[in-house]
Amino acid sequence: MGYSFPEEALEHVLWFLSSDKDRNSVSLVCKSWYEIERWCRRRVFVGNCYAVTPEIVIRRFPEVRALEMKGKPHFADFNLVPEGWGAYVYPWISAMSVAYPWLEEIKLKRMVVTDESLELISKSFKNFRVLVLSSCEGFTTDGLASIAANCSNLRELDLRDSEVEDLSGHWLSHFPDNCTSLVSLNMSCSGSEVSFSALERLVARCPNLRTLRLNRAVPLEKLPNLLRRAPQLEELGTGAYSAEIRSDIYSNLAEAFSFCKQLKGLSGFWDVVPAYLPAMYSVCSGLTSLNLSYATLQCPDLTKLVSQCHSLQRLWVLDYIEDSGLEALSASCKDLQELRVFPSDPFGAEPNVFLTEQGLVSVSEGCPKLQSVLYFCRQMSNAALITIAKNRPNMIRFRLCIIEPQVPDYLTLEPLDTGFGAIVKSCKELRRLSMSGLLTDRVFDYIGTHAKKLEMLSIAFAGDSDLGLHHVLSGCDSLRKLEIRDCPFGDKALLANAAKLETMRSLWMSSCSVSYGACKLLGQKMPRLNVEVIDERGPPDSRPDSCPVEKLYVYRTVGGRRIDMPGYVWTMDEDSTLEFS
Amino acid sequence: MSPPLLGIEGHSQCNVSLMASSASADCISQNLSGLKEHNYFGLSDCSSVDSSAVSSVVDENKKNLNLKATELRLGLPGSQSPDRDSEFALLSSGKLDEKQLFPLVPSKDGICLLSQKTVVSGNKRGFSDTVDGFSQPKSSIFSDGNWMFNAAGSESGQPKLGGNAGINVMLTNRSSGAQPSIKAEVPAKAPQEANDKMNGSNTNSVPASKAQVVGWPPIRSFRKNTLATTSKNNDEVDGKPGPGALFVKVSMDGAPYLRKVDLRTYSTYKELSSALEKMFSCFTLGQCGPQGASSREVMSETKLRDLLHGSEYVLTYEDKDGDWMLVGDVPWE
Repeated sequence: MGYSFPEEALEHVLWFLSSDKDRNSVSLVCKSWYEIERWCRRRVFVGNCYAVTPEIVIRRFPEVRALEMKGKPHFADFNLVPEGWGAYVYPWISAMSVAYPWLEEIKLKRMVVTDESLELISKSFKNFRVLVLSSCEGFTTDGLASIAANCSNLRELDLRDSEVEDLSGHWLSHFPDNCTSLVSLNMSCSGSEVSFSALERLVARCPNLRTLRLNRAVPLEKLPNLLRRAPQLEELGTGAYSAEIRSDIYSNLAEAFSFCKQLKGLSGFWDVVPAYLPAMYSVCSGLTSLNLSYATLQCPDLTKLVSQCHSLQRLWVLDYIEDSGLEALSASCKDLQELRVFPSDPFGAEPNVFLTEQGLVSVSEGCPKLQSVLYFCRQMSNAALITIAKNRPNMIRFRLCIIEPQVPDYLTLEPLDTGFGAIVKSCKELRRLSMSGLLTDRVFDYIGTHAKKLEMLSIAFAGDSDLGLHHVLSGCDSLRKLEIRDCPFGDKALLANAAKLETMRSLWMSSCSVSYGACKLLGQKMPRLNVEVIDERGPPDSRPDSCPVEKLYVYRTVGGRRIDMPGYVWTMDEDSTLEFS
Repeated sequence: MSPPLLGIEGHSQCNVSLMASSASADCISQNLSGLKEHNYFGLSDCSSVDSSAVSSVVDENKKNLNLKATELRLGLPGSQSPDRDSEFALLSSGKLDEKQLFPLVPSKDGICLLSQKTVVSGNKRGFSDTVDGFSQPKSSIFSDGNWMFNAAGSESGQPKLGGNAGINVMLTNRSSGAQPSIKAEVPAKAPQEANDKMNGSNTNSVPASKAQVVGWPPIRSFRKNTLATTSKNNDEVDGKPGPGALFVKVSMDGAPYLRKVDLRTYSTYKELSSALEKMFSCFTLGQCGPQGASSREVMSETKLRDLLHGSEYVLTYEDKDGDWMLVGDVPWE
C-alpha cells in the first residue's frame, strides 16, 4: 500500500452515510475501512432480534446511539404466535446499559418490554431521547411513569399499537415540571384516563411539540384546551370525537382547529358524532395524512370529508366509504399515495356496505401517485386486478384481503391467478405483496418469474402443491420475508431451496404440510439457520417424522440457537437425530 | 446468490428419506423437477407423489378419490359430458367445486394441467386428514369446519373453495351473473336461478355471523376490539348508547321487516307517531318506495292515520321491565 488515506478524513466522509446498506458496503472494502466504519456507526437496525446477540452487536459497534429492532414474526399481529414465544428486550437493555451509556434512541416492534426494561432504560441512559414501542406488550403504566420521571431530555414517547396494562392514569403526571423537551407523544393505545390537567400543563410547557396522539378517554370538549396551547402541532390524534350536541362546544372546537395552521396529520375519531365533523373542516385542505380507520362515519359524511382534503397523501378509512366515496376520493385527492380500507364488519356473513373492487379500481385510475394499498373487500375479479395493474405500474405495496378465503373471480369463477399475475408483471418495483382469494400454483409461477424486487410476500389458503412454493423461493431474487399459512406446501420445495433461506430474514409457515422430518433435516443441513418448530400438541418426537408440524419459523442467525424458547418451541439442531421410516 | 441446487433433468422420484441418506440436495431438486415434468403430462403418479409427503396418514379413501378424479380428467377440453357432471354431484361437494371450476375454464395448458391442479388439491384434504388425525391444533382451519358451507354441509375439514359458486355453476351453465346470494353483495347481479338450492343450503349451514378462522381476516386485535365496542355503542336496541343516537327497533304486525328509529330526532310523541306512519305506510298500502310522489304521500298519510287512529294499529313499546306499555302514557322525557 502506497499512501494511507487519513482515517479522520474517511470518518468525516462516512459521517454523511446514514443508510445501513451503504455502510455495510463500506465495511466490505478492506479491513481498515471496516474498522473505521464500525467505530463511527451510530445507528443499528436489527430486523430480527434473534438473528444476532447483544454481545455481537456491541463488540462490532461500540459507539451506537440508536437501536431499532424487531421481534416477533408479523403473523403475531393476528394471534398466530402463541403467548410467551419470546422477543424479550430485557437482555438487550441490560447489555446496552453497560456498553452504551450514551444511547439516545430505542425503537422496538413486536417485542416484549417489561416495566423492568423501561425502568432500566430510564436510569441507564443519561441522554435518552426517543422511545418508540410499536405493537409491543408486557409493560404497564408504571414503566411509563419511570420513563416520564427519569428521562429529562425525552423528545419522543410513542406507544403506537402497543398493549399497555393500565394500572393508573397518573403516569403522565410523572413528567417533571422542568421537562420541556417533548416533540412527540403518542398514547393512543392506552385505555386509562390520564389526568387532564397534567396533560394540559405538559402540552403547554413543550413548545416543540409537533405530534400529539391522545387516547380515547380524552373528551372532545377538552380538546380545544390542548389545541390552543399547541397551535404548532403538525400531527394530532383526537380522543373520542363525541360530545353532547351543544353550540358552545362546537364553536370552541372549530375555533381551536382554526388556530392550528400547521396541522398535516389527523387521527383518532373514536365514537365520532357527525355533527362535530365540520368543526375540523378548516384544516382539511392542508392535511396530508388522515386516519379515519376507527371512525364509524357513514358514506355521505366520509365522502364530504375526504373531498375537502385536496392535499391528502395517505388515507386510512373503514369500508363505510364505499365505492362512491372512493370515487370521490379519486376525483379530489390527486396526491394520494397510500390507501388503506379496513372492514367494518369482518365477521359478518353478508356484506354490510357497498364496497367492491370497483372502489379500488376508481382510485387506481384517478390517483396517479398511488403506490401503497391495503384493501379489504368481499369480491374481486381478474379484470379489476388487470386494470389496477395497468393503471398503476408504480405500485410498491399491494395487499388485498378478500374476506372469504379462496373466493374466485366473482365474474368468471376462475382463480385470481391472472389478476395477481398482471400486478407482478406490470408493477416492476413491487416490494410487498399480500394475496387472497382462489389461487393456484400458477400465480406463484408468475410471481417467481416477474416479482424480482419483491421483498415481502404473504400467502394464505393458496396454491396446490410444492411447486407453488418452489416458484417463489427459486424466482424471487429480492425476497426477504415470506409468510405462509394454510397452504399445501410441503417438504420438497422447502428442502430444495434450503440455501435460499439463508439469503432471507425469515420464513413462516403455519398449517402447511411440512413434516417434522423435513424440519430436522433442514436444521441439520443448515447450521446458520434457526429452524424452530412451534407445536402446541406436545413434543414432535412423540409423533412420526412424517407428521406435519403446526408452525415453522426459520430465520438466519449468527447468534446460534436461542435460549429463551417456551415449552412449545423446538429448535432443529445439527445434532438432532433423524429417523427414517 | 441462487443456489446451484436445481437440476433441470427429470429423474426418478425419490422419497424424503432417501434424500436424507444420500445427503444430497441435488436429489431433492431433481425430485422436484421430476415432479414438475410429470405435471405437464397429467399422469396420475403425481397425486400419489404429493400424497406421499404425508403418506402415512392419507386415507385410502381419499387416495382413491384422487386417482378416480385423475381418471376422469384425462380428456380433451370441452369433452365433458353431462354424465360426468352428475357423477361429480355424487362426490363430496368440496371436491366437486374444484372440479367444476377448472374443467369449464378453457385453458391453453390443456385439461391435463388443470387435472393436475385438481388432483393435487386433493392433497389439501390429505393434509386436513392428517391434522384431524392428531387432535385438533388450534390454529388449523381444516379441523374447524366452521367456515365451510356447501350443500352437503356435513363434511368437515375440507378446504372451501368458491364453495357454492361451484354448485351454482353446475346447475346454471355458469351464466356470468351466477353469483350466489350468500357471497359478497353486488348491487347489480342477483342470481335468479338455483337460488332455491342456495338459499336452502344457506339457512342450514351458514350462521348469521360466521365462526372465525384463527387470525383471519388479518386484522389486529386492537382494531377488532375497538370496532366491537364502537359498533355496540351505535347499535343499541334498548336505548343507552353514547351521546349520539338512541336507536330503537320498530316493527309493525304483518310488515316484512323492522325499521330502526333514532328517538333523539323527535321531541314529542306526535312527531314520533307521524314519522312512524310515514315509514310504515308503504306496507299498508302496498307500495314500498322510500319516497312517494307528494300527492300520493298526502293521500297515503291520511289513510294510514285513519287506520292507526282507528281500530287497526296501536303503538306499544316494551319497557325495561319487559312490560308492554301503550305509547303516550309516560311524558316524553
